[in-house]
Amino acid sequence: MSVVRPMMNRDSQFFWDGTAAGELRIPKCNACGTLRFPPGPACQACDAYDRGYQVAAGTGTVYSYVVHRHPPVPGKELPIVIALVDLDEGVRMVGEVVGVDDLEIGDRLRVDYNRIDDDLTLPVWRLSNEEGR
Amino acid sequence: MSALSGKAAIVGIGATEFSKESGRSELQLSVQAVRAALADCGLTAADVDGLTTFTMDTSSEIAVARELGVPSLRFFSRINYGGGAACGTVQQAAMAVATGVADVVVCYRGFNERSESRFGQFSLSAATQVNTNGLDNAWSYPMGLGTPAATVAMQARRYMHEYGATSEDFGAVAVADRRHAATNPNAFFYGKPITLEDHQASRMIVDPLHLLDCCQESDGAVAIVVVSAERAKDLPQKPAYITAAAQGSGRDQYVMTSYYRDDIGIPEMGVVGTELWRQSGLGPDDMRMGILYDHFTPYVLMQLEELGFCKPGEAKDFVKDGAIEVDGRFPLNTHGGQLGEAYIHGMNGIAEGVRQIRGTSVNPVADVQHLVVTAGTGVPTSGLILSA
Ligand SMILES: [Zn+2]
Repeated sequence: MSVVRPMMNRDSQFFWDGTAAGELRIPKCNACGTLRFPPGPACQACDAYDRGYQVAAGTGTVYSYVVHRHPPVPGKELPIVIALVDLDEGVRMVGEVVGVDDLEIGDRLRVDYNRIDDDLTLPVWRLSNEEGR
Repeated sequence: MSALSGKAAIVGIGATEFSKESGRSELQLSVQAVRAALADCGLTAADVDGLTTFTMDTSSEIAVARELGVPSLRFFSRINYGGGAACGTVQQAAMAVATGVADVVVCYRGFNERSESRFGQFSLSAATQVNTNGLDNAWSYPMGLGTPAATVAMQARRYMHEYGATSEDFGAVAVADRRHAATNPNAFFYGKPITLEDHQASRMIVDPLHLLDCCQESDGAVAIVVVSAERAKDLPQKPAYITAAAQGSGRDQYVMTSYYRDDIGIPEMGVVGTELWRQSGLGPDDMRMGILYDHFTPYVLMQLEELGFCKPGEAKDFVKDGAIEVDGRFPLNTHGGQLGEAYIHGMNGIAEGVRQIRGTSVNPVADVQHLVVTAGTGVPTSGLILSA
């Protein structure tokens, strides 16, 4: 079974255009500068509908994680490690951590990109050597 | 006390057998459960004028009404968010009968979620639904996070990190459930108690969750009959009065993936609790026991905290030494819960709450004046206070 494809709409397309271009884009309010994740059409801070994005540095810290062993996950060879990553910019996202078989809360990660095909590139994360373990 | 408190009662409960392969359609299961619930309280299909169920249920209200031969429906509604709907369906019914919008409302839930579409598997349909829930799932499912156990394990890991709870603490819930199921002939795990050692030795599904932290997948149906407190007096069963009925959704809420707020626990259950206490004028100390939704053990600990039975992080101590077993300080899930009896999306738990009020549970708790029942956790959810 192939990988699960994300549903997209005009509020979220920019994110996937970003990963295809090797950028991790964080939705940003053009009116007041507030970042958020996941994206949505409104700013939760100032109510504006003027959406933009900021390219993330691509570094973050493990907030929580799991090691998924059962049952099967489409497009994946188990086990896989999946983390909640607190980006240095202050937002949080879910991502697969590749190249490890376990993790610790507080580990430092750096983003990478897994190109599935012309239409989909998934962000993935790797242990970063600069800090953490 | 709210305008709703005590105005409605559960007077009938009914269920099919709970199995791994029912051998009949989901619609037939629901119809049989509704008939059983009506027979339980001496009513017939001709008395029914309202039906409520889950948005997820595959049997529409009109299909159930057709098979039953209900002449006309004046009220029908559905509640979203998976198992979080359970007590919400009863809230809908209570509001309808308390206001005179309907007289006899039946809440039902029936499915073959073991022999047909399995609930424990990775859900492609959840990831591809054409609505905002599907869009929300774009941030987890494609990354590989898409089974119920995995989404819960993410919260459980953080909870363990913050409060020092351990897998053994979660195991206390599984042991209690299976002890209660062992004496319940209707439970799938009738006669099959487990020890904490069994729990610890069961295989890892998604670290840190073991197999025995996860509820079953079940085939079956449950139905609940709700009428006004006035009407209840004329019916044969002792009424379980609905003293409070609440729904709850928290800040920055998602379905099973509310990961983007500071607290990745279950504050939506805190919303339910606050509203239950407000409506009833009661508090945790007034509850003799509880039926807390237990599709995964860590959520039972988190619920004890959110509902105010103990402080944040203290549930691991609360559940120790058999405190949540039938002869303990605060018994939970005396039917065996969804780990032990069956996973009927919380509706079987409501039925057990009614049996405890009636005094007909196979694991009776003495002197139950009030008890609390909750619905699915990790999702926008709901709860009830039932009273004698
Ligand atoms: Zn703004």
